Amino acid sequence: MKSFAYASPTTEGEALSLLAEPGEIEILAGGTDLVGLMKKMIITPDLVVNILDIPSLKTIEQLDNGAIAIGAAVTLDEVLAHPYLDPYPAIGQAIEGISSMQLQCQGTIGGEVLQRPQCWYFRGGRGLLAAGGSAVEDGDSRYHAIFGNDGAAKFVSASRIAPALIALNATARVIGPVATGGSPVGLNGEDASERFFPIEQLFRIPRHEGERESVLARGEFLTHIILPDRRNFASATYEVRQGAGPDFPLAAAAASLRIEGGIVREGEIVLGQVAPTPWISRAAVAALIGQPVNEQTAEAAGLAAVTAARPLSHNAYKVQLAKTAVKRAILRAAGQETGGF
Amino acid sequence: MDRTHHRPPSGFSRRDFLRGSGAVAAAGAIVSQTQAIAQEAKGTRILSGEQTLALSVNGKDVKVKAEPRTTLLEVLRYQLDLTGAKPVSGDASSGASTVMIDGKPVSASVELAVRCVGKKIETVESLAKDAVPAAFVACDAQQCGFCTPGFVVATRAFLNKNPKATEEEVRKGLNGNICRCGTYANVIHAALMVVKGGANG
Repeated sequence: MKSFAYASPTTEGEALSLLAEPGEIEILAGGTDLVGLMKKMIITPDLVVNILDIPSLKTIEQLDNGAIAIGAAVTLDEVLAHPYLDPYPAIGQAIEGISSMQLQCQGTIGGEVLQRPQCWYFRGGRGLLAAGGSAVEDGDSRYHAIFGNDGAAKFVSASRIAPALIALNATARVIGPVATGGSPVGLNGEDASERFFPIEQLFRIPRHEGERESVLARGEFLTHIILPDRRNFASATYEVRQGAGPDFPLAAAAASLRIEGGIVREGEIVLGQVAPTPWISRAAVAALIGQPVNEQTAEAAGLAAVTAARPLSHNAYKVQLAKTAVKRAILRAAGQETGGF
Repeated sequence: MDRTHHRPPSGFSRRDFLRGSGAVAAAGAIVSQTQAIAQEAKGTRILSGEQTLALSVNGKDVKVKAEPRTTLLEVLRYQLDLTGAKPVSGDASSGASTVMIDGKPVSASVELAVRCVGKKIETVESLAKDAVPAAFVACDAQQCGFCTPGFVVATRAFLNKNPKATEEEVRKGLNGNICRCGTYANVIHAALMVVKGGANG
């Protein structure tokens, strides 16, 4: 690891002033991704800011309107065990999928959502875009994107929980310097601002090397994930993995559905591990609206989800897996699980 | 789909949503909070270079030297001579460096030592008289043995939380540890033996 300076603020404001320090800065939450990347010198910050000593980031609170605010530094095992999350099985299933007790105890929800992408060229030191995408195109793309891969970015967004959070319409709370355009916070509003936005907007497809896969500007950080009251939605996550071991899925999907009178009235379906961002499928939802949930309609929604897939040279198999993930997430959400793990 | 709910509801502020209090009460909280921010921000210590850290390891208070980049695993192995926890993957994917911090199983290879001040660290060496290693011996739950310390600590941490675990739960609970020899079956037997009262039970 390259040598770095370290600070551990105890308030959000203190963290913000540290993030205004010069040089390259990384925010350290659980560390399960970042520390490994720093060891490999893929990430070489000058200053590391630990956010695990900030009490406001470590709570799960129910708001007056029934929404739930989860602090970014809450560990995954705490999210999994918390009764407030019981009505949202898609989130618990995604955390259970991570399946390593150590990663669950050490990793945080903010860190999980903002972990760096999975791509063996990126993690092998070839850059996030891996030579403008050519390393992947000319190389082994078996675990790469089948959607959103027309630019240089071929990697897949790694978060296991983000698809569920997006499907449940979660909001991100981000704080930063006032220049980032949020609403001023508090007395010294010139120094701090906060913004709230749909959590899918955290992610972007980078177009050139040096641009990250998250929209967070320098000096900003994710403090909370806010789940609106969606207790009238059924939800589920389904991951297709090679085995039961602690590995990333090959394809995954999360579904949230409002089913009334046996008919799907509205919903959201989000794929994971198939694109440089979590991948929202409006086509899959459209195929389900007005239908009852059964094998046939779930299958049709799965098919609709992958019609626009554009696999690379080695990953056409992921199209079928993504289709199955969507189908099984829908069936699982509706309580019609058909097996698998 | 209706996305208007993403706008914070009226009166929704940081203190408001964290405390669930009304907007008026929240305004007072914001004033005191932001004054504190300005003072504390200037007071935050930025550490660089070698530090002396006071740690609690296996019930003993110890002093170690560590830079911010020094991992807990490096401190345990190379300064405290506690070589049970192993460096294998280096990125938390093997579970071989598992120790307990405040009772929870974590990979010491991806934890910075500087973050462990004030925490209770327990390594496999603290489990010398525990029922878990005795059951591992009784069940022949090791081949080359390199993954074993990580498995022993993970098993202890898991059983502390799930003392009556079933085989399925044990398999799930120990999923974060990898054995390259493939001796999983006997590890599962050992964990279940402890559930049933241990090697001498």
